[in-house]
Amino acid sequence: MDWLAQSYGQVLDLTWRHLILAGLPLLIGLAVALPLGYAAHRWRAAYAPLVTISGLLYTIPSLALFILMPLFIGTRILDPVNVVVAMTVYTVALLVRTVADGLDSVPEDVERAATAMGLGRIRTLLTVELPLAIPVIAAGLRVAAVSNVSIVSVASLIGVAQLGDLLTDGYNRVIMPELVTGIMACILLALALDSLILVLARMLTPWRRAREVVSA
Amino acid sequence: MIPTIWSWLTNPASWSGPDGIPTRLIEHLGYTLAVVAVAAAVAIPLGVWVGHSGRARWLVSLGNALRAVPTLGLLFAATLVIGPRLGGQLAFVVPSIAVLVLLAIPPLLAGAYAGVEAVDPAARDAARGVGMSGWQRIRQVELPCAMPLLLSGLRAAVLQVVATATIAAYVGLGGLGRYLIDGLAVGDYGQTGGGALLVATVALLVDGVLAVGLRGLISPGLRLRAGRA
Repeated sequence: MDWLAQSYGQVLDLTWRHLILAGLPLLIGLAVALPLGYAAHRWRAAYAPLVTISGLLYTIPSLALFILMPLFIGTRILDPVNVVVAMTVYTVALLVRTVADGLDSVPEDVERAATAMGLGRIRTLLTVELPLAIPVIAAGLRVAAVSNVSIVSVASLIGVAQLGDLLTDGYNRVIMPELVTGIMACILLALALDSLILVLARMLTPWRRAREVVSA
Repeated sequence: MIPTIWSWLTNPASWSGPDGIPTRLIEHLGYTLAVVAVAAAVAIPLGVWVGHSGRARWLVSLGNALRAVPTLGLLFAATLVIGPRLGGQLAFVVPSIAVLVLLAIPPLLAGAYAGVEAVDPAARDAARGVGMSGWQRIRQVELPCAMPLLLSGLRAAVLQVVATATIAAYVGLGGLGRYLIDGLAVGDYGQTGGGALLVATVALLVDGVLAVGLRGLISPGLRLRAGRA
């Protein structure tokens, strides 16, 4: 605890950096995955290639992707942008399939009912299909959030500051409290993001709660 | 940067000796095979049992909760705690291998559980109806039906191990990760980038080989649906 008391400010600063490096890619990744996932849902022929390519991207180990990033986007190797872009790639890779499956999960009669009520394709998508797909998309986003927080800590090996620094420094200088603080802070951050998405998804889908009350 | 990587990759010195690419590649694949074999021996029977009996589902939740623990922290903690109790080379290898096994278990467990869990209840009832024993139902009905999800859990576990073994080079494990870690330590981008390229290629190839190779284990009746599961 002494260690934590002394380094409180540093831990907070690293937590903030970690949140940005893991959270920003979630937002960008979702924004990119929505149209791609929609394309995979709308055009059957696009599903297999989109899901396969995103699966391949997800296959590349994180440390290798961080290191190779400068080759693709022309950054310096220590640039935090490498981490943000690499994490965005992982997020998109995970979410394209989730978004497509989420949209697929919307019952067809609901779509037809929307059409019958005179809604155009875009309004149906935005006001009917997407809201109904929120539970599936949120589930995928939660998986991405938790795995992003864990993967970002690897970036301390390429010298990008975040909570992983507590892990490497704690290990290199054999300071157990620092290492444990780093692990706990990562877990707490992951759980916080996970709960945030869960709460947001519940707020965005009030009809699901109503149904729970009725069935209970 | 590309010329530096290229010259490292094409340098004959990179391909020979105890630190040569073939040796490191065999190490990396060897760790992966051993780790996944041990983890599968534990996790698959356990997952099938949880799915079959519906008991101890918390095991699967526990495995999923493990994903929130940073792998890097787990590797460091294991090396600092277990390492000093062992002597010499073992002090670096055993903790890493233990963590790799631990990380390979959740996807295998979840895959086996979800596969058995998702077996059509009608198929289960039919199996019971024709007088199959619990063991027969597992072997002849539930396992074959669970195969697609079980095998995707296996693929996820293999990838997890290939990726984490790379990072474990930081705590002294061999394998291709050595090039990334050693190259970063001395600022040799040719070696770091070349190593990263090798690791990425190996991960893609291994996954591709598994995707094609494991297809044979899925019953033909399920393969048609598996295309769009």
